[in-house]
Amino acid sequence: MREIDRHEVQRLLEAGAQLVNVLPAEEFEEERIAGSIGIPLRRIDAEARDRLDPAKPVVTYCWDSA
Amino acid sequence: MSPRAAWRLESMGFGEVYEYAAGLQDWITAGLPTEGTALAETRAGDVARADVSTCRLHEPLVEVRERTRKAGFDTCVVVNDERVVFGLIRSRDLDGEAATAGEAMRPGPSTFRPNVSAAALARLMADHDLPNVPITTNDGRLVGLLLREDADRVARERHDREH
Repeated sequence: MREIDRHEVQRLLEAGAQLVNVLPAEEFEEERIAGSIGIPLRRIDAEARDRLDPAKPVVTYCWDSA
Repeated sequence: MSPRAAWRLESMGFGEVYEYAAGLQDWITAGLPTEGTALAETRAGDVARADVSTCRLHEPLVEVRERTRKAGFDTCVVVNDERVVFGLIRSRDLDGEAATAGEAMRPGPSTFRPNVSAAALARLMADHDLPNVPITTNDGRLVGLLLREDADRVARERHDREH
């Protein structure tokens, strides 16, 4: 796992990466990076394998670094 | 939250996992595209005056005063060459006796991010009796000056829509 900045996020998105918002569902509904997949942290174990392609890069994010 | 998710995904066998540490806040501040229900809300960055008068620390106050008033503002934002905010010179200080902008300014003003609700800042400005607040990026660069009259107008329009 590696930390990246928004420029790398944009580059990875252009290359087909999956962008995962891990905030609670109501916050995901309010606002998210366009094209994100919403999987709250607590649902990662249950949903990640069904909703994400392990062959493609994955970028996780939440509100900020806190 | 996000680092834990990234580490967990890696442990589950996802081969190429990254964490965007600065997150949604950084993305919004950079003006990049988002989606969701909150987008109907007018934000501080939408109504902040980007053409606000600015000056450098060493500039003579008389020149700053003249330029600021000529531009139709009663506040000048003191910035450096990178537009990082150092201080504010509000109306009373503009008319003061200081020689330079740096001497006249109130240093280290509270700043707000462009994605904050303009209506929320209207309440804050009313509570603290502020005529305006500077809107900056995460790294302190000036986006514009949010005037209380503009924030109040947004708050009134929102109230009218909801009632």
